[in-house]
Amino acid sequence: MNVVVCVKQIPDPAAKQALDPQTHNLVREGKLILDDSDAYGVEMGLQLAEQAGGGEVTLVSMAPGGETSGLRTALAMGAAKAILVSDDALAGSDALGTAKVLAKAVDRAAPDLVIAATESTDGYTGTMPVQLAELLGLPSVTFAKKVSVGEGKVHVQRQTESGYDDVECPLPAVVTVTAGVVEPRYPSFKGIMAAKSKPVDQLTLADLGIDPAQVGAAGARQEVTGVEAADARSAGEVVVDEGDGFEHVVRFLEQLKLV
Amino acid sequence: MSIDKVWVVAETTEAGPTTITLELLAKARAMGTAEALGFGPHAAAAAGVLGEHGATVLHDVGDVGEALPGAVVAAAAAALVEGGSGPDVILVPATYDGRDIAGRLSVRLDVPVITNVVDLVVDGDDVRSQHGLFGGSEVATAHFTGPRPWIFVVRAKSFSAEPVGGAPARVQAAPAPETGATNGARVLARHVEERSGPKLDEADVVVSGGRGLGGAEHYAMIEELAGLLHGAAGASRAIVDAGWVPYSHQVGQTGKTVKPTVYIACGISGATQHLVGMKGSKNIVAINKDQDAPIFSVADLGIVGDVHKVVPKLIEALKARG
Repeated sequence: MNVVVCVKQIPDPAAKQALDPQTHNLVREGKLILDDSDAYGVEMGLQLAEQAGGGEVTLVSMAPGGETSGLRTALAMGAAKAILVSDDALAGSDALGTAKVLAKAVDRAAPDLVIAATESTDGYTGTMPVQLAELLGLPSVTFAKKVSVGEGKVHVQRQTESGYDDVECPLPAVVTVTAGVVEPRYPSFKGIMAAKSKPVDQLTLADLGIDPAQVGAAGARQEVTGVEAADARSAGEVVVDEGDGFEHVVRFLEQLKLV
Repeated sequence: MSIDKVWVVAETTEAGPTTITLELLAKARAMGTAEALGFGPHAAAAAGVLGEHGATVLHDVGDVGEALPGAVVAAAAAALVEGGSGPDVILVPATYDGRDIAGRLSVRLDVPVITNVVDLVVDGDDVRSQHGLFGGSEVATAHFTGPRPWIFVVRAKSFSAEPVGGAPARVQAAPAPETGATNGARVLARHVEERSGPKLDEADVVVSGGRGLGGAEHYAMIEELAGLLHGAAGASRAIVDAGWVPYSHQVGQTGKTVKPTVYIACGISGATQHLVGMKGSKNIVAINKDQDAPIFSVADLGIVGDVHKVVPKLIEALKARG
């Protein structure tokens, strides 16, 4: 079974995030890393391919400047190869523009299953995978907390407002996974070395036959007009517990007439 | 062209429209003429309540059976828009099915979607949306520059639901055209995780636990404290992902948004993902042993200490008061 996992390479979320004052796009300087949320999808893809007794995991990603450092992390985990779309005209792409690009790239790999995270850590719009499914003409099951494959179908435990649903879906399909669906493996030293020579097919919009007006800032047809500091919620009283910390909480609740 | 027709994607259960549906209707009717786009077995029966909250029309896609609603509802909505009876603006609840519907509709109409909206302002012929960034420390304003309809996915509790006493919404059938392979998923069984006490997103007091609890067995004290305060027990994503508590307890970006009178965070560091879901609480108390934890920057009262020492003493003190 061949699995495509869509992965995003993002600025380190632990570093301070900022918007460009002119374009209001997220600043993407410095090294990009594999979005933590995607490690679960990569692991899920690897396990499903192994359980199916054959096939491989292909990564599909879109990033500026031919960035591959995040891809190498996922290749080191065990993915076989990657398709990276990189083109200056993609700057400022929204979720729909990204889905249009990834759909063309995913099509090339002709997968049985496409996996993505429910949302990225940096942009968290959470709509791209479903847009991708619609563009590919595929069914989708979002918010999977458990995934298995058998007899041409994928079985998913899908989170709901009140619990979860058991969902069955014919392949090929798009499935989005939550953190915790599986425990991602750490890349081994051998894996890290092997990843260096794994193929990364780098493509431009022209290679994919995409009109640049459909993607990037022009295709987004939306703009951020301003950014302001929110009404600051300032820190209040901080007390170091010396055995009496609970008393401060009780007094606080008394003031609110909750006890 | 001014804003006239505003659709709300309406989610309904046996008990009627969901709270977020009514919140969106309150905004929709203030923006223009509100109409609901409903689906599922309980939609038609909700026409009365939807009307009371300002919906003039209910476009009813009908029962989707065991299908997931995304593909079907998007196809039905696209057919209405292509037939000329589409709206200027579509408000979609930021729920599991809502995001599926918005994503698929966006492709069918080839229009973008703006998500994570927490406020909307009509500005002449334009609509400005507001978004919390970086855990809510900054607010971005955005708008569409392309053709309508403009699709906004709106977070829970962005607006207040309020009935205005309108007549029942006029029900108009809105059957979906053939959806082909996109509608392949089927629900085989539905599992409801029971919980006692008030609902997490409606409780006056929410007590949440995080990784700092150290293990699933310590979550019991969170539930006990919540019970003593007649509140609801919540959780950070970390311990839900770790399987300590069911997902229905999760507060944050991908979980519930809560705005209680007081939110008590126990052993929660305060990742952006969590802050987004609870920063609107009227009062915040944080108990965490790491004095540099980001949760303290939003807490009205911070206790730097071990949850295993502070919380049991707090429970004891509350019990002693009876």
